[in-house]
Amino acid sequence: MIVLLLFLVPLISGLVTFQIKSESGAKTFSLLSSIVTFVIALAGIAFYTSPECWNFQATWMGQLGSSFHLKGDGLGKLLVVLTTLSFPIIFINSWNSSFKNTKNLLALMLLAQAGILGVFLAYDALLFYFFWELALIPIYFICSQWGGAKRIKITFKFFIYTFLGSLLMLVGLILIYSKTNSFSLEAFYNAGLSVQDQTKYFWILLIAFAVKIPLFPFHSWQADTYQESAMPGTMILSAIMVKMGLLGILRWVLPVLPFASYTWGDTVSTMAVIGIVYASLLAWRQDDMKRLVAFASMAHMGLMTVAIFTLVKTGIQGTLIQMFSHGINILGLWMVVEIIERKFGTTKMSELGGVAQKAPVLTFFFFVIAFANVALPLTNAFVGEYMMYSSLLTTTFTKFGIWYLVFSLTAVILSAVYILGMAKKVFWGPTNAVTQKGTDIQIHEKAAFAIIIGIILIVGVFPQPLLGLLDGITNDILKHFEKLQELLLSIKN
Amino acid sequence: MNNVLDIVYLIPLLPLIGSIINGLGRNKFSKAMIGTIGSGFIFAAFAISVWVFFQVKGGNVHTATYFDFINVGNLKIPFAFQIDQLTSIFLLIITGIGFLIHVYSTSYMHEESNHHFARYFAYLNLFVFSMLLLVMGANFVIMFMGWEGVGLCSYLLIGYWFKNKEFAAAGKKAFVMNRIGDFAFLIAMFWMINKAGTLTFTELFSSDIISKLSANDISVITILLFVGAAAKSAQIPLYTWLPDAMAGPTPVSALIHAATMVTAGIYLIARSNILYSMAPVTSNIIAVIGLATALLAATIALKQNDIKKILAYSTVSQLGFMFLALGTGAYVAAVFHVMTHAFFKALMFLGSGSVIHAMGGEQDIRKMGGLSKYMKITHITFLIGCLAISGIPGFSGFFSKDEILVSAFGHSPVLYVIALFTALLTAFYMFRLYATTFKGNFRGTKEQETHVHESPSAMTIPLIILAILSAIGGFIGVPEFMMHGANSLKDYLQPIFAHSDKILGAHTVSHSTEWMLAGISSVLVILVVAYTWNKFSKKPDLEEATGFGKVLANKWYVDEFYNTIIVQPLKKFADFMTNIFDLKFIDGMVNGVGRLVNYGGRQLRWLQSGQTGAYILLMVISMLLIFVYQFFVKK
Repeated sequence: MIVLLLFLVPLISGLVTFQIKSESGAKTFSLLSSIVTFVIALAGIAFYTSPECWNFQATWMGQLGSSFHLKGDGLGKLLVVLTTLSFPIIFINSWNSSFKNTKNLLALMLLAQAGILGVFLAYDALLFYFFWELALIPIYFICSQWGGAKRIKITFKFFIYTFLGSLLMLVGLILIYSKTNSFSLEAFYNAGLSVQDQTKYFWILLIAFAVKIPLFPFHSWQADTYQESAMPGTMILSAIMVKMGLLGILRWVLPVLPFASYTWGDTVSTMAVIGIVYASLLAWRQDDMKRLVAFASMAHMGLMTVAIFTLVKTGIQGTLIQMFSHGINILGLWMVVEIIERKFGTTKMSELGGVAQKAPVLTFFFFVIAFANVALPLTNAFVGEYMMYSSLLTTTFTKFGIWYLVFSLTAVILSAVYILGMAKKVFWGPTNAVTQKGTDIQIHEKAAFAIIIGIILIVGVFPQPLLGLLDGITNDILKHFEKLQELLLSIKN
Repeated sequence: MNNVLDIVYLIPLLPLIGSIINGLGRNKFSKAMIGTIGSGFIFAAFAISVWVFFQVKGGNVHTATYFDFINVGNLKIPFAFQIDQLTSIFLLIITGIGFLIHVYSTSYMHEESNHHFARYFAYLNLFVFSMLLLVMGANFVIMFMGWEGVGLCSYLLIGYWFKNKEFAAAGKKAFVMNRIGDFAFLIAMFWMINKAGTLTFTELFSSDIISKLSANDISVITILLFVGAAAKSAQIPLYTWLPDAMAGPTPVSALIHAATMVTAGIYLIARSNILYSMAPVTSNIIAVIGLATALLAATIALKQNDIKKILAYSTVSQLGFMFLALGTGAYVAAVFHVMTHAFFKALMFLGSGSVIHAMGGEQDIRKMGGLSKYMKITHITFLIGCLAISGIPGFSGFFSKDEILVSAFGHSPVLYVIALFTALLTAFYMFRLYATTFKGNFRGTKEQETHVHESPSAMTIPLIILAILSAIGGFIGVPEFMMHGANSLKDYLQPIFAHSDKILGAHTVSHSTEWMLAGISSVLVILVVAYTWNKFSKKPDLEEATGFGKVLANKWYVDEFYNTIIVQPLKKFADFMTNIFDLKFIDGMVNGVGRLVNYGGRQLRWLQSGQTGAYILLMVISMLLIFVYQFFVKK
């Protein structure tokens, strides 16, 4: 039942929000709704641990072999927590922002939340696709209605790009369905597809997910969209929705197509590693903070992708914890960027400077988040990155681990270069005409930041409890590779 | 499991608490309170460190394990502290000198506004916390936490006066250069996890695990760890951040960029000494790079005029000596020099702070002169520091440097000759600094002359204590050839390096040779000191350098060289990728596809009038997909 509630609460409150007349009423309602969802998620994880609570199955297009099956496994729960936690933070942060038609924006955000949670919980391929679209459509509207000047053109590109991706995904899923005659994940896992089929489906699905992550060279929608879209949309996209791509790979590609995942792992890893270096270099040369954050995020996502294809425990589990940490950290970065944009009317670093003198509290929060972004030890990101990097040498599924390691580790240097460059240009130095009249952040913003840095430090110092929760799902994913591993070892010997 | 040393977690925890209290109370507390909190917590940590020292001396060596940090697959990283002889020595240096510098800072930073004053102490306490973590960690990951933590604090404190863009840039440069080292450090760690299966020191350095590693593994690990150490400890080619780091407040330079953080690289290698004794090639590389750095930095220091820059290059040079010691297998000598250097370099930095304070912020020694008349305590204590660093017999630097020179001689006379030459350069530039600053006539402005005064006692008392340590601190390590059984430091550290000593074999230099070497270096150093003192007291070097001197004054143009061959090309490349490749090529392709679809859509709209554009578009896309599908299936 928990899983159904998680989906229904945001869905229904989204629909209700459209009807609320007053702006503040809509704000209060949507915030409350998101908090309720979060409480349900936490209560579900803490108290309703039996599998039945996290499993819901109903008939739905039975003649097609598809059922309405929601299930929360470790990966699902992790992303549910990330999603349900992020939404209240996003709502709190935009408490004082004014938009035209605020209630519609909030309603769309809640609908998107319902779709996203569905994506993370769906155990049926058709349902998965359905939620995938349900999550994207509100985002298209948010981007095209509430963004910057060039939003229409940019959203069009984003739309085409991701729609093409979703369609590819649908094609891929239907192709697999044609072999299994069932859309259930279970059936997919037992499909026993031939090597040729696996390769074909692998690439169809992979490109679909690569667009979402985004993986080099399918990234060119990202920076533009983040730059032009309204901030709530950008936050949802970058903190949560990019994880849909990784989830797709972890749940719908690796266990379904283990052989192709192994054979084509090196190709994907190479793309991802190029992406890491490439995105880090590009992030360095951006002047707009939004674009900088976009490329920084792309570099981080690239590392997670390489780590997934190591197919070893530290790699997968590191990716999982990093999916969570990345979401929290990038949310924090966006909040900083959004506050600066609201206060000073620009996100161009060359026009800013000396913000530390005007807003010391904001500066403090920025620095904690910035150093979490460069994965300083004792912050959350260190744990995941350390595990992921380490997995690159541990893996026996590729011969090129050392090269992936050496190239992707350049991000350790470059991330310091661009994040500290941002610190220097925006926060340090003398104030100028633009930043002269700045004030520090307000209490509700402090509260939102406090939650974020609390998580950064707690996960950074005591990661093992969270890692323990992710143990089961990691083993489940890797189970599908045990045979392959044995086979490889026997060939080697 | 129950061991009295389990409470050592208090040592790093106390400074952390101090940091948090000062950070949160920055707008409410008075300066006296901030200073008391900041210094008080460090003193408490120092008191515990003294107790720990005696515990360890009594034979209680202990690893205190608290909880699992990461325990996944082949990664087993407990959060644990290892307390042994090496750690306890570093604990004393860090908390002891740290405390003195905190006290000094309460006076030196007094002109800052309250909340900046609190920010300063919060950073400084956080630094001590990180540094303690670094030397207490029982495995490489905990050590790395401290390693990165000190880098962070160094960054924050270099950029403490953040309104100044150049200072901010210096902080960034320090952090980024350190990250280059971390790049190597991280690979070394992953290599060890993969090949040895553990990062815990006691396991990793045990003979069963070591024997699992091939010679190749050991070379890779030791070289990579050394690159990490070279960045943190400012060795060639990653030393250029340290002189720039002098942008931070002077007590910070004393604590972080002289006495403690920059010695972390030496600690790292001393901690991993067994691996290095088994890697003769790496050891040779370390010796050569250490010596080259010592020499290069010393030549640059000859022509600098900023009092802090001279001390900074001198630090780089002395760190080079320590690496020379490590490379020649004289681990005890390296640790010994870390300690004596911490005394006299902290002393001289604090002394220079006292001078800068008195001169109203002036750092150019050409505009000083004759200060001995005005500031007696600063003058005498600074002189003791100069005598100690130059290696005048009896002073602390003499004993530690002598041990390094002897070890170099045992390795190769060439190393010895260059090291001795560098030691003479050291004596030269230190006494050039001393004589130009304190001797001769006062060359500052009239206003400065009326203002010049001895510093308050919160500053002079730390100077006096450090001066005493610099003068007599060497007697804990009197070499064997002078007095039998008087090298108590060596005896104390013996368990740490016993295994390495066995591998490396005994010293080959006879006692009579040692006497001779010590005699030669002492005589030469005294001659240089006498000559320099006399020369610069009478006629300080006030002109701009020309010819070769100009090359030295401009630091051999190394910064410019790095900028031209690394930074600028990389920037151009990244700009090309940003503006041409990504926008024109990658995005251009996407837009091309988009335009094609758009065009197709517009054409098709004529066929299906009445439908909205989006629906047509979908149709087109699905048709395209069917083609793709057909193509795949046919294949």
